[in-house]
Amino acid sequence: MALLDKHKTIEKNATLLLVGTLLVVSIGGLVQITPLFYLENTIEKVEGMRPYAPLELAGRNIYIREGCYTCHSQMIRPFRDEVERYGHYSLAAESMYDHPFQWGSKRTGPDLARVGNRYSNEWHVQHLVEPRSVVPESVMPSYAFLKETPLAVKTISYDLIANSRVGVPYSDEMIASAEADIKAQADPDADTSGVVARYPKAKLGDFDGDPAALTEMDALVAYLQMLGTLVDFSTYDPATGYR
Amino acid sequence: MKYGNEIILLALAAFAALLGAAFAQDSQFGAHMWVLFFALVAGAIVLLRTSNYAPVDILAEDKSPYMDGPIRYGVVATVFWGVTGFLVGVVVAAQLAFPDLNIEPWLNFGRLRPLHTSAVVFAFGGNALIATSFYVVQRTSRARLFGGNLAWYVFWGYQLFIVMAATGYLLGITQSREYAEPEWYVDIFLTIVWVAYLVVFLGTILNRKEPHIYVANWFYLAFIITIAMLHVVNNLAVPVSFLGSKSYSLFSGVQDALTQWWYGHNAVGFFLTAGFLGMMYYFVPKQVDRPVYSYRLSIIHFWSLIFLYIWAGPHHLHYTALPDWAQTLGMVFSIMLWMPSWGGMINGLMTLSGAWDKIRTDPIVRMMVVAIAFYGMSTFEGPVMSIKAVNSLSHYTEWTIGHVHSGALGWNGMITFGAIYFLVPRLWGRERLYSLRMVTWHFWLATLGIVVYAAVMWVAGISQGLMWREYDEQGFLVYSFAESVAAMVPYYVVRTIGGLMYLAGALVMAWNVFMTIRGHQRQEEPMPAAAPVLQPAQ
Repeated sequence: MALLDKHKTIEKNATLLLVGTLLVVSIGGLVQITPLFYLENTIEKVEGMRPYAPLELAGRNIYIREGCYTCHSQMIRPFRDEVERYGHYSLAAESMYDHPFQWGSKRTGPDLARVGNRYSNEWHVQHLVEPRSVVPESVMPSYAFLKETPLAVKTISYDLIANSRVGVPYSDEMIASAEADIKAQADPDADTSGVVARYPKAKLGDFDGDPAALTEMDALVAYLQMLGTLVDFSTYDPATGYR
Repeated sequence: MKYGNEIILLALAAFAALLGAAFAQDSQFGAHMWVLFFALVAGAIVLLRTSNYAPVDILAEDKSPYMDGPIRYGVVATVFWGVTGFLVGVVVAAQLAFPDLNIEPWLNFGRLRPLHTSAVVFAFGGNALIATSFYVVQRTSRARLFGGNLAWYVFWGYQLFIVMAATGYLLGITQSREYAEPEWYVDIFLTIVWVAYLVVFLGTILNRKEPHIYVANWFYLAFIITIAMLHVVNNLAVPVSFLGSKSYSLFSGVQDALTQWWYGHNAVGFFLTAGFLGMMYYFVPKQVDRPVYSYRLSIIHFWSLIFLYIWAGPHHLHYTALPDWAQTLGMVFSIMLWMPSWGGMINGLMTLSGAWDKIRTDPIVRMMVVAIAFYGMSTFEGPVMSIKAVNSLSHYTEWTIGHVHSGALGWNGMITFGAIYFLVPRLWGRERLYSLRMVTWHFWLATLGIVVYAAVMWVAGISQGLMWREYDEQGFLVYSFAESVAAMVPYYVVRTIGGLMYLAGALVMAWNVFMTIRGHQRQEEPMPAAAPVLQPAQ
């Protein structure tokens, strides 16, 4: 075959081999990934989506730190059993502020995309401290230390700034009041009107059962309790998101 | 003075790490910088002790045709990280069966599993690839490694990357992106090491005294540059502080998901496939003493493999919020990928033409053949699982875990063991391995371990998927999620046993390698040359 004989040219020239390889391996990614930044159905905005409140963001960072994605997905597929078990299938817009995404790839434990509002705060705390005391079959590790670990609040505004640099619409006002907001959201006695105005539907009050201390448990439970609750599916029109 | 500049650089870097620890924005970063400080100080002390104050021109220069020092270290590192990675694997498997084995916070499953995957893929696999590529590129180019001590920098830099990544996971420093968990500063450091690796490898090829670039080097080169591209793009992130561990990825949601699986799937495609095919193309012909089966097949399967692999990422995102067309493209290319994958398998297996009897007489050949067979098996299973209808059942289940392990333990593990057994006597100038009988033991322990592991995970994964979607005649879901978790326990226990067998095999290898390096030869009956004896040694 004449064409294959011409391959000798590439085999004798390292630069050609290098450039040729680089070209060949670039095509697939360019064709698949680039359109996602422009297509309507991957950048659509859905009513109700908002950036994470500072306390929720701190909770999400704990979720990331502990590697929860190794056992829990946050992506409900459009199957009858999944929708019945977990709720409405996940929309692309619901993870638009997720840097990084946490869709996961394995369900050793259940999907968490809509775990918010399903259990009480007390249940979550008890479950995280001693999982088998509420779910005997569970193989989840214990996370009791979260209850003893004070939440780092001093640097939270830097987290919001970094997020705004990658495109999350945190306003200057949100950044300026981040430290106050993170404390107020978990404090039953605080004035939370600012938090609610900036972050509609934010869950308020003490989460970890100890109103006196702001712990990592407060943040993680606040995050879990808001998962999947922002979009109101009683008013969502699936035809607009059809693809 | 020997190593003068290196010692000064290490000391300066250690001082910088100390400053990082002192001014850290978060406690994890501080702890991580202490780890870095002690690692660098240890390195500086070792160099000081081996230093020599004679003028440079008097020091005997290494005039040997090939530079094998970093390769010897690389082989030892491969064995060490292999045993470590398998051990952590057994621990996390046991944690799933017996959750009380979790020790919070540092040794919880969520922090240990990335340690296991990174230790096996990047520490064990990565060291095997770097060491063998340095060996192969010198022999097939008839040239000494380019860049002098740069090859040492690649070796030690890569070990430092592994230590920083591993300790970071235990401290909770992670991006929680599968197989790309290390945080931004570790990623930047790896990029520098990787560029040095490319310089050494490409420089050696450019210095070659052979007109042709050997086929193994095409695969190694494709592996090195594609991993560089994937690593840089997938880890684009904005750090919260230059003195903090946390960063936020540049992309979010669906764009981030596809970028991540473009990376994740091609970490498999280029790290665990292209690189290891390079290994196959050198060590299999060498060990069986036959030329590669088909030169033309190698051309076709090389270009089609690297072209098609890149497209396969979306099959990790079937039925998610990723647009349908992207999912379908991913599925179609994954199925097409079956062909070039089997092209590689056929080229590897048929290299044994006229030497098939060696499977009976040479346990190292047997190991390589089983590796290629597992490569063929898992590259058939992969396309099947990428079909959307199959994936709707298999996704999120243990089946995926079984698939990954038949590829990693069967293909990557076995071909690496074969290469190690080939290399050790040659690199240390020994007449033969300490014991061929122990290679047979290793072979059977590993093979049985994989078979137990994969079979159990198939059954577990398919039952799990079926339980989740089972409806009764009234139209109600039959099982709660918790019931499906309870159903997994026996499989988790048996899987742990499979992993233990594989680990035991690796320990046998470690002993065999250790004794060979020490120069011992075990007194044993020689392997039968002609008689058809296939007794496993248990």
